Amino acid sequence: MADYKSLYQEVILDHNKKPRNYGTIEHPSHHAVGHNPLCGDHITVDVVVDEGRINNIAFQGESCAICKASASMMTTSVKGKTREEAETLIQEFLAMATGKLSHENCPHIGRLAVFAGVSDLPTRVKCAILPWHTLNGAFNAVASTSTEAEEDPMHAPIGDA
Amino acid sequence: MSANQTTQKIRSTSAFDVERIRADFPILKLKVNDKPLVYLDNAASSQMPQQVIDRLVYYQTKQHANIHRGVHYLSEVATSEFEEARRKLQRFINANEDREVIFTSGTTEAINLVMHGYGRKFIGAGDEIILTTLEHHANIVPWQMLAEEKGAKIRVVPINDAGELLIDEYEKLFNDRTKFVGVTHVSNALGSINPIKEMIAFAHARGVPVLVDGAQAAPHTKIDVQDLNCDFYAFSGHKLCGPTGIGILYGRAELLESMQPFKGGGDMILSVTFEKTTYNTIPHKFEAGTPPISAAIGLGAAVDYLSAIGMDAIAAHELDLLKYATGQISSIAGVRVMGTAEHKAAVLSFAVDGVHPHDIGTLLNQEGIAVRTGHHCAQPVMQRLHVPATSRASFAFYNTMDEVDALIAGIRTVQKIFT
Ligand SMILES: Cc1ncc(COP(=O)(O)O)c(C=O)c1O
Repeated sequence: MADYKSLYQEVILDHNKKPRNYGTIEHPSHHAVGHNPLCGDHITVDVVVDEGRINNIAFQGESCAICKASASMMTTSVKGKTREEAETLIQEFLAMATGKLSHENCPHIGRLAVFAGVSDLPTRVKCAILPWHTLNGAFNAVASTSTEAEEDPMHAPIGDA
Repeated sequence: MSANQTTQKIRSTSAFDVERIRADFPILKLKVNDKPLVYLDNAASSQMPQQVIDRLVYYQTKQHANIHRGVHYLSEVATSEFEEARRKLQRFINANEDREVIFTSGTTEAINLVMHGYGRKFIGAGDEIILTTLEHHANIVPWQMLAEEKGAKIRVVPINDAGELLIDEYEKLFNDRTKFVGVTHVSNALGSINPIKEMIAFAHARGVPVLVDGAQAAPHTKIDVQDLNCDFYAFSGHKLCGPTGIGILYGRAELLESMQPFKGGGDMILSVTFEKTTYNTIPHKFEAGTPPISAAIGLGAAVDYLSAIGMDAIAAHELDLLKYATGQISSIAGVRVMGTAEHKAAVLSFAVDGVHPHDIGTLLNQEGIAVRTGHHCAQPVMQRLHVPATSRASFAFYNTMDEVDALIAGIRTVQKIFT
């Protein structure tokens, strides 16, 4: 059984309380809004890519601690990286969070390994991956993305009563 | 008097033997994350006592066959047990006749049945349907589908900040295009108990029929459909200590008779030729195909179980739990209760400052406490309260004051983690 407490580690709580790169950017080269219809949470991601490199990135939105910390740590991880590097990281993060790869097998994951625990919490995986989905949507000029989108590998109907 | 003494006093107002009742529910002995399960998600679905489990096993071991069609022994036994279950449900809600009790798959299907059977026949372009802000999506979406198909209009009764319907506004919504009212007896998101008897009388004075969504009321209070004088009353078995896949639509006989069938198939017909089909009488007209026979019989056993305890005793114990929990939770700084209606069922929706409901749900689960977090399929309520979601503890008669204490301690732990 997963130790749920391990998910709410200091680093996640800290990024939740003091999110980095929080806000919007005036003239982003890429922008997207991500929705999690299960809880009504949404975040925006603004990116400035210049000559293939992420010069600036910001996010904003109402969300749970897992989502906010994931977004905050995503921005600090990809800032200054090339778009290709960021895309590799997106794939690794999605694979780790959905339990397809263990974090040891994600060479670029680094401190983002604190999110490995969500793979044991099916209802919380979507919270962690929403920012990464949204960044991916921004890169691919999908203005609005959703964790419930058809093409989402995590798409799973979750009932509500 | 110290706070402790007050607590003692509040905790001992009913002589309800909750420990004896808990012994009937095997699932309540579970441990979750090495902690005793504290199940506070009863508004989503309740747990099943051994008596109902045993009834299901007995049926499958000794009584199963298809109903209403065979002349052999088992078919006769199954048919008579199924119809006996219908009569148990009839008594449970004090319906005038057993043919007014239709087995459906749940509240959702019951409401859809009324939308198709009544709405599509009697509601047309320009007609108006009154619903309330407190409705579950199950009592919104079918009517939206109908309104779209027919060009009808939906009018919505607003609520105040406490989560109470504004009855003056309800009355003002009526005009000569008003053809139908759909209202929830108890709000699943906030617990508000609506004054449906008065609302029904007002609608009837204008010749308008009323459907009551009783999904959250039937498990917690005595229902008397004749006293309420409602036209339709819908509820689900799985919130009533019964199985999933079964629910009830009560309908007044003359209304049911005037309606068109919902689904076509076997059992709902008297005769079929390719030229003409004659429909069966009610309730069978609305029960096409083989029904969930075991689930219906299980639900019959569940209402026997609840009636033996007594719905009044159940309601009294739950009110004690609600009062104690509300008092305790209100004493925590930074916690806000949503839904403070004067008349409330044992549903406690709350928000903790600075902590998202999903984080609360995950952290309480770590303590073995099951609460619901989200919009509770009642997004209009959430929009009205300007929150995306809440955390909701919903109590049943088998919950204890100690479990309330566990919830309160759990919320304090959550706050500690987030400070
Ligand atoms: C007020 C209300 N109406 C309708 C429903 C739908 O019930 P079911 O899913 O059993 O059809 C629910 C269940 O949550 C409810 O609380």
